[in-house]
Amino acid sequence: MTQQIPKEKFNIVGGNHAATDQLAAKSVSFWKEVWLRFGHNKLAIVGIIILIIVAIMAIFVPIFSPYTYSQQLGVYNGPPSAKNWFGTDDLGRDVFTRVWYGARISLFIGITAAVIDLIIGVLWGSVSGLVGGRVDDIMMRIADVLTAVPYLLVVIILLVVLKPGLVPIIIALSITGWVNMARIVRGEVLSIKNQEYVLAARTLGASTAHIISKHLIPNALGAILVTMTLTIPSAIFTEAFLSFLGLGVPQPMASWGTMASDGNNAIDTAPWRLIFPAVLISITIFAFNAVGDGLRDALDPKLRK
Amino acid sequence: MLKYILKRFVYIFIALFLIITITFFLMRLAPGSPFASEKSFPPEIEAQLNAEYGLDNPWYIQYKDYLISTAQLDFGESMKYKGRSTNDMIAESFPISLTLGVEAMILAVGLGVLFGSVAALYHNRGVDYVVTTIAVLGISVPSFILAGLLQYFLGLKLQLFPISGWNGFIYSILPATAIAVTHMGFIAKLVRSSMLEQNNSEYVKMARSKGLSKWGVLFKHSLRNALLPVVTYLAPLFAGVITGSFIVEQIFAIPGLGKYFVTSITNRDYTVIMGTTVFYSIILLLAVLIVDILYGFIDPRIKLRGGKKA
Repeated sequence: MTQQIPKEKFNIVGGNHAATDQLAAKSVSFWKEVWLRFGHNKLAIVGIIILIIVAIMAIFVPIFSPYTYSQQLGVYNGPPSAKNWFGTDDLGRDVFTRVWYGARISLFIGITAAVIDLIIGVLWGSVSGLVGGRVDDIMMRIADVLTAVPYLLVVIILLVVLKPGLVPIIIALSITGWVNMARIVRGEVLSIKNQEYVLAARTLGASTAHIISKHLIPNALGAILVTMTLTIPSAIFTEAFLSFLGLGVPQPMASWGTMASDGNNAIDTAPWRLIFPAVLISITIFAFNAVGDGLRDALDPKLRK
Repeated sequence: MLKYILKRFVYIFIALFLIITITFFLMRLAPGSPFASEKSFPPEIEAQLNAEYGLDNPWYIQYKDYLISTAQLDFGESMKYKGRSTNDMIAESFPISLTLGVEAMILAVGLGVLFGSVAALYHNRGVDYVVTTIAVLGISVPSFILAGLLQYFLGLKLQLFPISGWNGFIYSILPATAIAVTHMGFIAKLVRSSMLEQNNSEYVKMARSKGLSKWGVLFKHSLRNALLPVVTYLAPLFAGVITGSFIVEQIFAIPGLGKYFVTSITNRDYTVIMGTTVFYSIILLLAVLIVDILYGFIDPRIKLRGGKKA
């Protein structure tokens, strides 16, 4: 038998809404939180700073340097001096100037290859994940076969046949490069598409294109961004690699790869011709990797505090 | 299991067929005749050469011949060096590349695991920062650039190591290091993060509370589990070591397959390029398959099935 407690024994004290509001953490939007966490990563901040400096130098090199990249100064293999900060090469061209013009080409190749990977990869991956069924099967089998094909070998073979140049290099880099992006996007799409809000949108009659652009891409953006940041350094690496095989951009254009490769042949007489482009390649790859890793950590909900 | 392996073999065959076909047609599209070197031949001689290499047949006959000879692992004769077959070249130079590659892989895995474990043991302390920085730097410096720098500073300036050639173990140290450093960095990072994950798990806490020392836990318990991601990295490592060897062998003048491959690219020696590419593809694809199967054996949680993943 339960005992009846008289109503008088209860005392309503009332809720203090102001106090509970104060207790709750300040509401922060997702991207703001990502940005905050990213800011705490020292390595990533160093990376961003390096990238900004390299970009500024590459864009504004005509202001910083009195020479052009193909101008011959008459001093051959001259060591670094007050006039030529990074020395000159075998044709008497200023290495400082060439290194920053090289930055333009290397960065251009890296970023363009990453953007092409992004476009093909996002389309392929989201269609494959969203449509599912047979289409997904076929599209993923194609991706499987393409992954099985060794990437660098295909790039080399393609460039042996195509005339060396900027466009062929970018084509060769992106011809199998997008597969990785497609896989990641598909994975994201599969995990997002079964959630209720996507079902709700479908029930309301939203088209596939609408769901891709309004729901899937914003939610998969984090993973896409990380993959892209990490694609750029690998494209820069591959371009430098190709230059060492003699398949890089033709003279008198200079990328970091062609400069390092030329410098490598003159290492005992003019080591600065290898060291400066080598340091820049390494620093830039490092910076992109640091930013990519930092982004990944910042976007990881498991690390949320 | 068997079904899975069979399925993977089918993929490998399709991929190989694709590579062979792509190389064949690309080489046909390639500008210039392979015999068009500095001297131009009289037309009769060129016609005779073309007949000798079967280049006067229609493309489908050439393609069929090429497929058949490749299936028999016969990669044809060099177009630049008369009487040298690609198979001879591979047989002669691949063991050298293999020695160098195995050395680089041992270096990368050994040091990578060691560095990664030490960093995880001293998490967020001085040692950790030093190791992580070295790993990140290692990842950032491409092998072919490191090769040049090592050659200059350790070989030429300090005279610690021979600059180039292939004449015994001491000659292999610099090139193997150049190839290994990037991968060492990757492995160190992998081991560090998976080790940190293990250190938070119940069984490690249990082992620690039993009174087992830090290193005891490491060797008896956590390292085994932390090594799983390293096994998945073995396939990209293998591919990286092979491609790394192209330029590194060239820089150090090592008569390995990588150097021949690069030389054949410069010479536009099409038969050798095709043969070497196909050969590399075969060993790469097999390596990936072996690693996948190995992984299934090591990690009992993974069941290799023919069916769909996810």
